[in-house]
Amino acid sequence: MTETIVEFLIGALVLLGAFFCLVAALGLMRMPDLFTRTHAASKASTLGVMLTLLGVLAFFWYEDGYINARLVLGIIFVFITTPVAGHIISRAAYNMNVPLWEKTVQDDLKNSYSKSKDV
Amino acid sequence: MTLQIIVNLLVAFAWMFFQNTWDFLTFFLGYIIGLVILFGMRRFFSTRFYMKNVIAAVSLLLLFIKELVLSNIAVVKVVLSPKLTMQPGIFALPIQVKKDWEIVLLANLITLTPGTLVLSVSDDNKLLYVHALDIPDVEEAITSIKESFEKAIMEVSR
Repeated sequence: MTETIVEFLIGALVLLGAFFCLVAALGLMRMPDLFTRTHAASKASTLGVMLTLLGVLAFFWYEDGYINARLVLGIIFVFITTPVAGHIISRAAYNMNVPLWEKTVQDDLKNSYSKSKDV
Repeated sequence: MTLQIIVNLLVAFAWMFFQNTWDFLTFFLGYIIGLVILFGMRRFFSTRFYMKNVIAAVSLLLLFIKELVLSNIAVVKVVLSPKLTMQPGIFALPIQVKKDWEIVLLANLITLTPGTLVLSVSDDNKLLYVHALDIPDVEEAITSIKESFEKAIMEVSR
Protein backbone atom coordinates (compact mmCIF):
# COMPACT_ATOMS: atom_id res chain seq x y z
CA MET A 1 0.00 0.00 0.00
CA THR A 2 2.69 2.48 1.00
CA GLU A 3 4.64 1.48 -2.12
CA THR A 4 1.82 2.59 -4.36
CA ILE A 5 1.46 5.86 -2.49
CA VAL A 6 5.17 6.65 -2.71
CA GLU A 7 5.34 5.72 -6.39
CA PHE A 8 2.27 7.85 -7.05
CA LEU A 9 3.86 10.81 -5.23
CA ILE A 10 7.12 10.51 -7.19
CA GLY A 11 5.22 10.33 -10.46
CA ALA A 12 3.10 13.31 -9.45
CA LEU A 13 6.23 15.37 -8.67
CA VAL A 14 7.82 14.68 -12.04
CA LEU A 15 4.58 15.22 -13.95
CA LEU A 16 3.87 18.48 -12.12
CA GLY A 17 7.37 19.67 -12.92
CA ALA A 18 6.87 18.86 -16.58
CA PHE A 19 3.50 20.63 -16.49
CA PHE A 20 5.04 23.83 -15.09
CA CYS A 21 7.79 23.73 -17.73
CA LEU A 22 5.07 23.39 -20.39
CA VAL A 23 3.24 26.37 -18.92
CA ALA A 24 6.49 28.37 -19.01
CA ALA A 25 6.91 27.53 -22.69
CA LEU A 26 3.28 28.42 -23.45
CA GLY A 27 3.75 31.68 -21.55
CA LEU A 28 6.78 32.50 -23.69
CA MET A 29 4.58 32.17 -26.76
CA ARG A 30 1.43 33.85 -25.52
CA MET A 31 2.66 36.87 -23.57
CA PRO A 32 2.73 40.16 -25.47
CA ASP A 33 6.06 41.74 -24.51
CA LEU A 34 9.44 40.81 -23.08
CA PHE A 35 8.69 41.73 -19.49
CA THR A 36 5.52 39.67 -19.17
CA ARG A 37 7.34 36.80 -20.88
CA THR A 38 10.05 37.02 -18.26
CA HIS A 39 7.32 36.71 -15.61
CA ALA A 40 6.19 33.41 -17.06
CA ALA A 41 9.67 32.07 -17.79
CA SER A 42 11.34 32.99 -14.51
CA LYS A 43 8.64 31.66 -12.20
CA ALA A 44 7.09 28.64 -13.87
CA SER A 45 10.38 27.18 -15.06
CA THR A 46 11.97 27.58 -11.62
CA LEU A 47 9.30 25.52 -9.94
CA GLY A 48 9.17 23.09 -12.87
CA VAL A 49 12.88 22.29 -12.73
CA MET A 50 12.86 22.15 -8.94
CA LEU A 51 9.93 19.72 -8.83
CA THR A 52 11.47 17.48 -11.48
CA LEU A 53 14.80 17.33 -9.65
CA LEU A 54 12.95 16.66 -6.39
CA GLY A 55 11.12 13.79 -8.06
CA VAL A 56 14.42 12.31 -9.29
CA LEU A 57 15.92 12.68 -5.81
CA ALA A 58 12.91 10.97 -4.22
CA PHE A 59 13.00 8.19 -6.82
CA PHE A 60 16.63 7.21 -6.21
CA TRP A 61 16.16 7.56 -2.46
CA TYR A 62 13.19 5.22 -2.53
CA GLU A 63 14.51 2.79 -5.13
CA ASP A 64 18.19 2.47 -4.21
CA GLY A 65 18.33 4.07 -0.76
CA TYR A 66 20.81 6.57 -2.17
CA ILE A 67 20.64 10.33 -1.64
CA ASN A 68 22.37 12.27 -4.37
CA ALA A 69 23.74 15.45 -2.79
CA ARG A 70 24.36 16.97 -6.23
CA LEU A 71 20.63 17.00 -6.89
CA VAL A 72 20.06 18.91 -3.64
CA LEU A 73 22.75 21.41 -4.68
CA GLY A 74 21.14 21.71 -8.11
CA ILE A 75 17.77 22.50 -6.56
CA ILE A 76 19.32 25.19 -4.34
CA PHE A 77 21.28 26.74 -7.23
CA VAL A 78 18.24 26.90 -9.50
CA PHE A 79 16.22 28.41 -6.68
CA ILE A 80 18.79 31.16 -6.08
CA THR A 81 19.88 31.99 -9.63
CA THR A 82 16.72 31.99 -11.75
CA PRO A 83 15.12 35.13 -10.24
CA VAL A 84 18.44 36.95 -10.61
CA ALA A 85 18.65 35.90 -14.26
CA GLY A 86 15.11 37.15 -14.88
CA HIS A 87 15.94 40.45 -13.19
CA ILE A 88 19.15 40.95 -15.20
CA ILE A 89 17.54 40.11 -18.55
CA SER A 90 14.55 42.42 -18.04
CA ARG A 91 16.75 45.21 -16.70
CA ALA A 92 19.11 44.96 -19.68
CA ALA A 93 16.08 45.00 -22.00
CA TYR A 94 14.70 48.10 -20.29
CA ASN A 95 18.03 49.89 -20.60
CA MET A 96 18.10 49.00 -24.31
CA ASN A 97 14.68 50.70 -24.68
CA VAL A 98 12.80 47.55 -25.51
CA PRO A 99 9.18 48.75 -25.83
CA LEU A 100 6.58 47.83 -23.24
CA TRP A 101 3.21 46.43 -24.29
CA GLU A 102 0.81 49.14 -25.46
CA LYS A 103 -1.69 48.30 -22.72
CA THR A 104 0.90 49.06 -20.04
CA VAL A 105 -0.70 51.52 -17.64
CA GLN A 106 2.12 52.91 -15.56
CA ASP A 107 5.85 53.52 -15.89
CA ASP A 108 7.57 55.04 -12.89
CA LEU A 109 11.04 54.04 -13.99
CA LYS A 110 10.85 56.26 -17.08
CA ASN A 111 10.43 59.40 -14.98
CA SER A 112 13.42 58.55 -12.84
CA TYR A 113 15.55 57.95 -15.93
CA SER A 114 14.54 61.22 -17.58
CA LYS A 115 15.63 63.03 -14.42
CA SER A 116 19.14 61.57 -14.52
CA LYS A 117 19.99 60.89 -18.13
CA ASP A 118 23.44 59.42 -17.58
CA VAL A 119 22.39 55.84 -16.86
CA MET B 1 25.66 36.26 16.56
CA THR B 2 28.88 34.75 15.13
CA LEU B 3 30.47 35.05 18.56
CA GLN B 4 27.62 33.09 20.12
CA ILE B 5 27.95 30.30 17.54
CA ILE B 6 31.69 30.05 18.18
CA VAL B 7 31.14 29.91 21.95
CA ASN B 8 28.54 27.20 21.42
CA LEU B 9 30.97 25.15 19.30
CA LEU B 10 33.67 25.59 21.95
CA VAL B 11 31.31 24.28 24.64
CA ALA B 12 30.51 21.28 22.44
CA PHE B 13 34.22 20.51 21.95
CA ALA B 14 34.88 20.96 25.66
CA TRP B 15 32.09 18.46 26.35
CA MET B 16 33.77 15.96 24.01
CA PHE B 17 37.06 16.45 25.89
CA PHE B 18 35.32 15.90 29.25
CA GLN B 19 33.74 12.68 28.07
CA ASN B 20 36.85 11.49 26.22
CA THR B 21 34.58 10.12 23.46
CA TRP B 22 34.81 11.45 19.92
CA ASP B 23 31.62 10.85 18.03
CA PHE B 24 28.76 12.86 16.66
CA LEU B 25 26.34 11.97 19.43
CA THR B 26 28.61 13.39 22.13
CA PHE B 27 29.19 16.50 20.04
CA PHE B 28 25.46 16.95 19.57
CA LEU B 29 24.80 16.55 23.30
CA GLY B 30 27.53 19.10 24.03
CA TYR B 31 25.97 21.47 21.52
CA ILE B 32 22.60 21.20 23.25
CA ILE B 33 24.24 21.84 26.63
CA GLY B 34 26.02 24.83 25.09
CA LEU B 35 22.67 26.14 23.87
CA VAL B 36 21.22 25.91 27.37
CA ILE B 37 24.27 27.69 28.84
CA LEU B 38 24.09 30.42 26.18
CA PHE B 39 20.40 30.87 26.85
CA GLY B 40 21.14 31.28 30.54
CA MET B 41 23.88 33.85 29.83
CA ARG B 42 22.06 35.71 27.06
CA ARG B 43 22.11 39.08 28.81
CA PHE B 44 25.91 39.20 28.71
CA PHE B 45 25.93 39.32 24.90
CA SER B 46 25.28 42.52 22.99
CA THR B 47 23.10 40.74 20.40
CA ARG B 48 20.08 38.61 21.13
CA PHE B 49 20.04 34.83 21.65
CA TYR B 50 21.04 33.50 18.24
CA MET B 51 18.46 30.71 18.04
CA LYS B 52 15.89 33.44 17.42
CA ASN B 53 17.78 34.40 14.24
CA VAL B 54 17.87 30.75 13.18
CA ILE B 55 14.11 30.39 13.69
CA ALA B 56 13.51 33.63 11.76
CA ALA B 57 15.68 32.36 8.88
CA VAL B 58 13.79 29.07 8.72
CA SER B 59 10.42 30.83 8.67
CA LEU B 60 11.74 33.10 5.91
CA LEU B 61 12.68 30.03 3.87
CA LEU B 62 9.20 28.57 4.36
CA LEU B 63 7.72 31.91 3.25
CA PHE B 64 9.95 31.75 0.15
CA ILE B 65 8.67 28.29 -0.81
CA LYS B 66 5.03 29.21 -0.17
CA GLU B 67 5.31 32.32 -2.34
CA LEU B 68 6.98 30.32 -5.12
CA VAL B 69 4.07 27.89 -5.26
CA LEU B 70 1.44 30.66 -5.08
CA SER B 71 3.14 32.70 -7.82
CA ASN B 72 3.25 29.66 -10.08
CA ILE B 73 -0.45 29.09 -9.64
CA ALA B 74 -1.01 32.76 -10.53
CA VAL B 75 1.20 32.46 -13.63
CA VAL B 76 -0.63 29.31 -14.72
CA LYS B 77 -3.94 31.14 -14.40
CA VAL B 78 -2.72 34.07 -16.50
CA VAL B 79 -1.08 31.94 -19.19
CA LEU B 80 -3.92 29.48 -19.61
CA SER B 81 -6.77 32.02 -19.50
CA PRO B 82 -8.31 32.44 -22.95
CA LYS B 83 -8.06 36.25 -23.07
CA LEU B 84 -5.17 38.50 -22.13
CA THR B 85 -6.91 40.93 -19.79
CA MET B 86 -3.98 41.95 -17.63
CA GLN B 87 -2.70 45.50 -17.31
CA PRO B 88 1.05 45.42 -16.74
CA GLY B 89 2.99 48.36 -15.40
CA ILE B 90 6.04 49.51 -13.49
CA PHE B 91 5.71 51.04 -10.05
CA ALA B 92 8.23 52.35 -7.55
CA LEU B 93 8.32 50.75 -4.13
CA PRO B 94 10.09 52.50 -1.25
CA ILE B 95 12.11 50.09 0.90
CA GLN B 96 13.53 50.36 4.40
CA VAL B 97 16.23 47.66 4.40
CA LYS B 98 19.73 49.10 4.19
CA LYS B 99 22.37 46.41 3.77
CA ASP B 100 23.17 45.06 0.32
CA TRP B 101 22.42 41.42 1.08
CA GLU B 102 19.05 42.36 2.55
CA ILE B 103 18.16 44.22 -0.64
CA VAL B 104 19.23 41.26 -2.78
CA LEU B 105 17.13 38.91 -0.67
CA LEU B 106 14.12 41.22 -0.82
CA ALA B 107 14.46 41.59 -4.60
CA ASN B 108 14.68 37.82 -5.04
CA LEU B 109 11.66 37.33 -2.82
CA ILE B 110 9.64 39.94 -4.73
CA THR B 111 10.60 38.39 -8.06
CA LEU B 112 9.22 35.08 -6.84
CA THR B 113 5.94 36.56 -5.57
CA PRO B 114 2.79 36.38 -7.72
CA GLY B 115 2.89 38.81 -10.62
CA THR B 116 5.89 40.95 -9.73
CA LEU B 117 9.40 41.25 -11.17
CA VAL B 118 12.10 43.59 -9.90
CA LEU B 119 13.42 45.70 -12.78
CA SER B 120 15.87 48.02 -11.09
CA VAL B 121 17.21 49.26 -7.78
CA SER B 122 17.60 53.02 -7.60
CA ASP B 123 21.09 54.44 -7.12
CA ASP B 124 20.50 55.50 -3.51
CA ASN B 125 19.09 52.06 -2.56
CA LYS B 126 15.81 53.56 -1.41
CA LEU B 127 13.47 52.50 -4.23
CA LEU B 128 12.79 49.26 -6.01
CA TYR B 129 11.24 49.50 -9.47
CA VAL B 130 8.84 46.58 -9.80
CA HIS B 131 7.14 45.38 -12.97
CA ALA B 132 3.70 44.08 -12.03
CA LEU B 133 1.67 41.79 -14.24
CA ASP B 134 -1.63 43.34 -13.22
CA ILE B 135 -1.44 46.81 -11.68
CA PRO B 136 -5.01 47.56 -10.47
CA ASP B 137 -5.56 44.06 -9.22
CA VAL B 138 -2.52 43.47 -7.08
CA GLU B 139 -0.77 46.70 -6.19
CA GLU B 140 -2.51 47.16 -2.86
CA ALA B 141 -2.31 43.52 -1.84
CA ILE B 142 1.30 43.25 -2.94
CA THR B 143 2.38 46.26 -0.93
CA SER B 144 1.08 44.59 2.22
CA ILE B 145 2.81 41.31 1.30
CA LYS B 146 6.07 43.16 0.87
CA GLU B 147 5.67 44.78 4.26
CA SER B 148 5.59 41.29 5.72
CA PHE B 149 8.65 40.25 3.66
CA GLU B 150 10.63 43.26 4.82
CA LYS B 151 9.63 42.53 8.41
CA ALA B 152 10.74 38.91 8.04
CA ILE B 153 14.10 39.93 6.55
CA MET B 154 14.72 42.56 9.22
CA GLU B 155 13.81 39.97 11.84
CA VAL B 156 16.58 37.73 10.49
CA SER B 157 19.25 40.43 10.42
CA ARG B 158 18.41 42.09 13.74
